[in-house]
Amino acid sequence: MIKSIIIAGFGGQGVMLMGKIIAESAMLDGLNVTWLPSYGPEMRGGTANCTVIVGDEPIGSPVVDVPDVVIAMNIPSMIKFEEMLKKDGIMILNSSVIDREPSRKDIKVYKIDANKIADAIGNSKVLNMVTLGAFARVTGLVKLEMIGKALEETFAGKNKKLIDLNLEAVRQGMNSVS
Amino acid sequence: MATVDKIVAQMPKSLSKVEFSYCPGCHHGIVHRIIAEVIDELGIAEKTLMVAPVGCSVFAYNFFDLDGTVAAHGRAPAVATGMKRALPDRIVFTYQGDGDLASIGTAEIVHAANRGENITTIFINNAVYGMTGGQMAPTTLIGQKTTTSPYGREPKANGYPIRMSEMLSTLEGAVYIERTMVTTPQNVIKTKAAIKKAFQAQIKGLGFSMIEVLSTCPTNWGMTPIEAMKWLEENMTKTFPLGVFVDKTKGMI
Amino acid sequence: MKMLMKGTEAIAEAAIRAGCRLYFGYPITPQSELTEYMAKRMPEVKGVFLQSESEVATVNMLYGAACTGKRVMTSTSSPGFSLMQEGISYMAGAELPAVFINVMRGGPGLGDIQPSQSDYFQSTKGGGHGDYRMIVLAPHTLQEAANIMGEAFDLAFKYRMLVTILVDGMIGQMMEPVELPEWKNIEELKEPDWALTGAKGRKPRKVTSFDLDPYELEKMNLRYQATYKRVAENEVRYEEFKIEDADIIVVAYGTMARIVKTVADSARKEGIRVGLFRPITLWPFPYERLSKISQNVKHILTVEMSYGQMIEDVKLAVNGKTNVDFYGRSAGVVPTPMEVLEAIKKIAR
Repeated sequence: MIKSIIIAGFGGQGVMLMGKIIAESAMLDGLNVTWLPSYGPEMRGGTANCTVIVGDEPIGSPVVDVPDVVIAMNIPSMIKFEEMLKKDGIMILNSSVIDREPSRKDIKVYKIDANKIADAIGNSKVLNMVTLGAFARVTGLVKLEMIGKALEETFAGKNKKLIDLNLEAVRQGMNSVS
Repeated sequence: MATVDKIVAQMPKSLSKVEFSYCPGCHHGIVHRIIAEVIDELGIAEKTLMVAPVGCSVFAYNFFDLDGTVAAHGRAPAVATGMKRALPDRIVFTYQGDGDLASIGTAEIVHAANRGENITTIFINNAVYGMTGGQMAPTTLIGQKTTTSPYGREPKANGYPIRMSEMLSTLEGAVYIERTMVTTPQNVIKTKAAIKKAFQAQIKGLGFSMIEVLSTCPTNWGMTPIEAMKWLEENMTKTFPLGVFVDKTKGMI
Repeated sequence: MKMLMKGTEAIAEAAIRAGCRLYFGYPITPQSELTEYMAKRMPEVKGVFLQSESEVATVNMLYGAACTGKRVMTSTSSPGFSLMQEGISYMAGAELPAVFINVMRGGPGLGDIQPSQSDYFQSTKGGGHGDYRMIVLAPHTLQEAANIMGEAFDLAFKYRMLVTILVDGMIGQMMEPVELPEWKNIEELKEPDWALTGAKGRKPRKVTSFDLDPYELEKMNLRYQATYKRVAENEVRYEEFKIEDADIIVVAYGTMARIVKTVADSARKEGIRVGLFRPITLWPFPYERLSKISQNVKHILTVEMSYGQMIEDVKLAVNGKTNVDFYGRSAGVVPTPMEVLEAIKKIAR
């Protein structure tokens, strides 16, 4: 099994971190992973994206032309990556920002009101973790327990409250999709 | 068998037995000897590394009985930096001409000085490229004829003689910079004192030190050694005045 | 324990574990994280980090530090590597060991900052002046990159040669789980008998790339050539992936090789038997082995993130016995698995 995920959005929406937590959680679960960022001008406020691949066999190409999952955090990202998505692939949309439908009908679409849920938790920044939670529930590729560990690794030395906050966002994201 | 009561003069130990390849009347030989005497007197020969340049003194690595290398043209301060950072308790010096230091190697010397790199640079300024056959140097005087300024250096086309000691003395990291010459015994003594001070600054770990020595090049200037000395004193010192440009060593050495 | 690391960070940490305590560098994308990592890490291990004023200065600082017989390194990306060529030639001539990391980006000129493999010629054929070679290693995963650092320093000192780790922006920027290599005890590293350390209790030593007497310089050159011959005989490294029954062998290195591994699997699902031959040492290039295996296949396809550089070595190896085709994109555009698969299908037809 090898699954590929493209995560895209505005700089500042935390898409790189979302990808890293997915990769780290999968690694902690014993899977092979790669995380490949777009880098360059995108880093300075435009759109950013990263490609994460997880699998139980060795991963060759870290580059993907037909992803299994696309997580789009804004409209340009949805438009850019929709056509690449695999037939019957999964598209997770941040419906707080994306107010339109993808044009393809042969994909599974999940809408997450990520900004609203994050605001309700009390920190608008955790919208990426809300989305990550939804991704975990929808795909089953990463487990909550491993996400918790990955967050501990990532925020090592930081406030425990920060980890709890992010983990709460992941939980609420999971609960937001059925 | 004759016995020696007192040695009044001998070859410095830090010079090797290799014969100098310099032209008659060239000042490289004098400055080499001064450096070797200073190293002997300070007792640092066994912990000194030297970096020779590209130019007439490219062979300097062989004229000194010290561990040494030859840097690429102009890069001696960077090479010396690498050595000093790897072995901070050793003494490292560069020996560079005006083409090497004031033209192709300006970036390296400026930044080594600005970092306060704890090395010593001996800068030989004879206002001409010697090794390649008398071309214009960045320090060539206004109106001075060279093979690439056959009508005399013209500022509109070639700019002005660059004063490295003055420039570098503005940098925080430079602790001792002096310009001297070796045209008379008194000047030789002054130059030796300056070079000694520069090495002492390094021994004390104070930072970057440089001694610029105005020198002759009779061959490429087209003069006899005596004429060349006179020309240096009368002309070069007007553009390149002698003196101490920075001294942050007071009370430290 | 495996850690999720960025390529630049894995390489940097592995170098420190391999005994490197002297790093000189100048920031350039896409490898600045390596420089930053060293800036943070070197003081922790009592090492030296110095940000130089230019890559020209960097390579000469490396020259000076290498003269002292210690393990020294730098990292840069293509335009910076170009600036280092002068010093590389001098270091090769002075037989100084050092390790260079070139995280290649699109060129020529200022180019861009995306992954590329267009510095193959520069690295393997000598980007500076004179008859010299450097050992060029091309890892394709971060684990391999981390593992190869210790070997790079060992080779550099064994042969008194420069070693370049040639990777691209993708290997530099991506993250993958890495099991870091063991720590080398730097106390056990012997001071070489040529090192400049101050002539205490011994005759002074000279390290140069210089002799004006052509017959003496020829002797030095013949010594270099003898070294290169020994390296070519003993240090060739490569990987073969599913070549036993292959009709088409793809030759690729680094990032491109890992993309081809994926493609080989997809091609096989469509009934095309594809294998990968991956040179790990780009110099010395595995001519002999490639020559041998190329005789049993219908096609050789070279795939590069360039417009065809390594293919010249592939053709030398194959020597006209088999067709050698090419697919490549450059300038920072990375061929996707699907594109490479198409190129293979075209040949298979």
